[in-house]
Amino acid sequence: MKRHLLEAADLDRDDATLVLDTAAQIDQALAGREVKKLPTLRGRTVVNLFYEDSTRTRISFELAAKRLSADVINFSAKGSSVSKGESLKDTALTLEAMGADGVVVRHSASGAPHRLANWVRGSVVNAGDGTHEHPTQALLDAYTIRQRLGRLDGVRVTIVGDVLHSRVARSNVGLLHTLGAEVTLVAPPTLLPVGVGSWPAHVGYDLDAALPKSDVVMMLRVQAERMNASFFPSAREYSRRYGLDARRMAALPDDAIVMHPGPMNRGMEIAAEVADSVRSTIVEQVANGVSTRMAVLYLLLGGSPQ
Amino acid sequence: MTTHLIKGARPLGGDPADILVSDGRIAAIGDSLSAPGAEVVEAAGLVALPGLVDLHTHLREPGREDAETVETGSRAAALGGFTAVHAMANTDPVADTAGVVEQVWRLGRETGLVDVVPVGAVTVGLAGERLAELGAMADSAARVRVFSDDGHCVADPALMRRALEYVKAFDGVIAQHAEEPRLTAGAQMHEGDRSARLGLTGWPAAAEEAIIARDVLLAEHVGARLHVCHVSTAGSVEILRWAKSRGVRVTAEVTPHHLLLTDACAESYDPVFKVNPPLRTDADVEALRAGLADGTVDAVGTDHAPHAVEDKESEWAQARPGMLGLEQALSVVIETMVGPGRLDWAGVADRMSVRPAAIGRLEGHGRPIAPGEPANLVLVDPAARSVVDPAALASRSRNSPYAGRELPGRVVATFLRGTPTVLEGKATR
Repeated sequence: MKRHLLEAADLDRDDATLVLDTAAQIDQALAGREVKKLPTLRGRTVVNLFYEDSTRTRISFELAAKRLSADVINFSAKGSSVSKGESLKDTALTLEAMGADGVVVRHSASGAPHRLANWVRGSVVNAGDGTHEHPTQALLDAYTIRQRLGRLDGVRVTIVGDVLHSRVARSNVGLLHTLGAEVTLVAPPTLLPVGVGSWPAHVGYDLDAALPKSDVVMMLRVQAERMNASFFPSAREYSRRYGLDARRMAALPDDAIVMHPGPMNRGMEIAAEVADSVRSTIVEQVANGVSTRMAVLYLLLGGSPQ
Repeated sequence: MTTHLIKGARPLGGDPADILVSDGRIAAIGDSLSAPGAEVVEAAGLVALPGLVDLHTHLREPGREDAETVETGSRAAALGGFTAVHAMANTDPVADTAGVVEQVWRLGRETGLVDVVPVGAVTVGLAGERLAELGAMADSAARVRVFSDDGHCVADPALMRRALEYVKAFDGVIAQHAEEPRLTAGAQMHEGDRSARLGLTGWPAAAEEAIIARDVLLAEHVGARLHVCHVSTAGSVEILRWAKSRGVRVTAEVTPHHLLLTDACAESYDPVFKVNPPLRTDADVEALRAGLADGTVDAVGTDHAPHAVEDKESEWAQARPGMLGLEQALSVVIETMVGPGRLDWAGVADRMSVRPAAIGRLEGHGRPIAPGEPANLVLVDPAARSVVDPAALASRSRNSPYAGRELPGRVVATFLRGTPTVLEGKATR
C-alpha cells in the first residue's frame, strides 16, 4: 500500500482486494460483539479535516477511527482558524506539529489532498475533493457489490447521471476497472466530461438500452440547479430520460442491484419505490462505509494485528 | 560614457568579430579592432543578438509591489537579455490613464536597466464596458502604442471593433487576450483527457480560437492592426495562418511555457503550473513550435507573471494563474527551437527582438547589429547549461515552472544603449 489514499489509482488490484478482505475480516470480528471496538489504533491520532459540510462522510470516518480506538479530532472549517483565512498549508503545518498520524480531508477544491500530502508526514486519506475523487466511496461500493453478488470480476456496472461533476463516478470507474468489473457510463452528453473517451469505461446516452445489460446500476445525485447552466432543460425532462423508476427497474436482470452514494434526490434521479426496494443497497452502503474506512485506516496507519 | 570593446562575439551566430560600442551606439564592427582606453569584454564563443524585446510582461507596480516592482522586474529582464519590455496594464490602479502609464514609464527610466514601455488598458478598469482614454495615453510621455486588457478578453464584439478602429489614428495596436468568458467560467486547465481525470474545470481550446477567428475578421473589416497575446492552441495557429494568407494585419506571440510544457504538469496539482491560457497538449506544443518557426507566430512574449508565495502555495483552484518567464525565455527558445534546428540565431533575433519591436513601434530596438545602430545588445553563451533555481532569480517572486529543470544558454552580458546592464552574468545594478 502507498502511504496515502488520494485517488483510486493509488490502489492496484492486490491493494484494493486487501482493503476489501480486511473490511470483511473486521465485519466478522465485530459481528455479534457487545463492544464494537478493536484496540488496533490505540494511541494514534486521526484528524478529520472537513472543509465542506458532509455529515455522513465525517460521521462514517469518525466512527471508523473510534472503533479502531484511535483518538479522533474533528476539525471543520466553520468557526475555526480556517474561516479566519488560514491557508491549507498553515493548517497542515499545525496538524503536523500536533502529531497527526492520519488526516482525513474533505475539500471543495480538486487536488487539495494531493497538496496536503506534500506538507504532512502522516497518511492523507481523501474523503472527497471537488469534482476529482472519493476513493473510500468507491471502496465501499465495491465491497457492497462483492457482498451482494459474490464477485467483482466481470460484473457489469452502469453509472448514471452527473458524471461531469461526480467524484464518486471518477473513483468508481478507476477502482471497479482495477477490480475487473465492466463499467458503463450513461448520462446526457452535457454531463459527461470532454475526454471521457479516455476512461476505461463504455459511454452511452440511453439508459433503457443499458439496463438489461447491467448487474449493478449506480445512480448519481443530480443537482436540480444544473439546469440553470443549461446542462439539461428541466428537472422533469432529466427525470424522464435518466431517472430510475419502477418501470425501468423491471428491465434489470433478476439479481441486479441498485446503488446510490447519497444523499438522494427522490423523484429526480431515483423514484422512492426504487430506493426502498429489495434491490436497493443504499442502507448497506452506509454500514459498509464504516467497515471499509476502518480497513483503510488500519492498513495505512499500520496498527499491529489484534 | 565608457567605451566597450566586445572581442570575438558571433553576431547572429555568424563569424566572430569585434564590436566597438561607444556613445551608446555601435561604432565599428571588424577583425582585431583596437580601442585604447576601452573596457574589453571577452566574448569568444558567445553569440551576439540585438537586445530582446518582450511584448508581454507583468511588472505588478503599482499595486502588488510584494510580487514584483519595476526595479526587480527590470533586473530580471536585463538578466534574461531584454532591453525593452512592455508592462501590462492590469496593475492597481489599472494603467488606463495617462497618469498611470507615465508613472510606470518614469519608474522604468529611473531604474534604467531596460526600457519599460507601458501598455495601456483598452477599457476603463479592464471592465470591458467603455474605452479608456487611448489617445491620451498615446500622446503621453509614455507614448503608448500597445493597448490590452490582458487578463481579460475584450469580449464585447462591438467594443472590440471600435477599439481596433480607434487606435488607427495613432498607429496603435490592440493586443487581445483571446478568451471567450462564457466558455471559460471557472476554468482551471486545458479541457481534455487530463482535466476529465483530474476533476478540474476545463478551458476549451475553442474559447481561444473563437475569439481569434472573430477578431481577425473584425481587423480585416476595419483595416486595423490586431495582436494576439499568448497563442496556445494548434487551432489558433491555423486561424492565424489563414488570416495572414488573406492579408489581415494580425500578429501573434507565444509564451516560452507554451513552447515547452504541457497539461501533464497539472497532474501534480502544483499551482506553479496554473496559467491562463492553460498549458495545452503535445500536439499544441508542436503546432506552436512550427508556427513560430515559419513565422505564423511572430514573436515570443514571456507573459512573465510574478505572484507572491501565498497566491501560489494553495489549492489549485484558489491559486492565481501565471508564471515567471523573463529570465528563462531565451533558454527555453534555445531548448525548443534552436537546439532542434527549427530556428537559427537570426531567427531568434527576428522573433525575440526585431518583430516584437516592430509590433510595439519601438525605435532603437530590434535593429541590425551594424555600425551606427543603437548599442542594444545581448551576448549569450549557447553552450552553457544550468539547473533553474527559483531562489537565485532576480524577480521578487519565485513561481518559476522551470525549477529544477536543466536548460541551455546563459546570458553573459546585456547592453542598453551602450551601457552594460549585465556583465559576466550579473546585473550591474
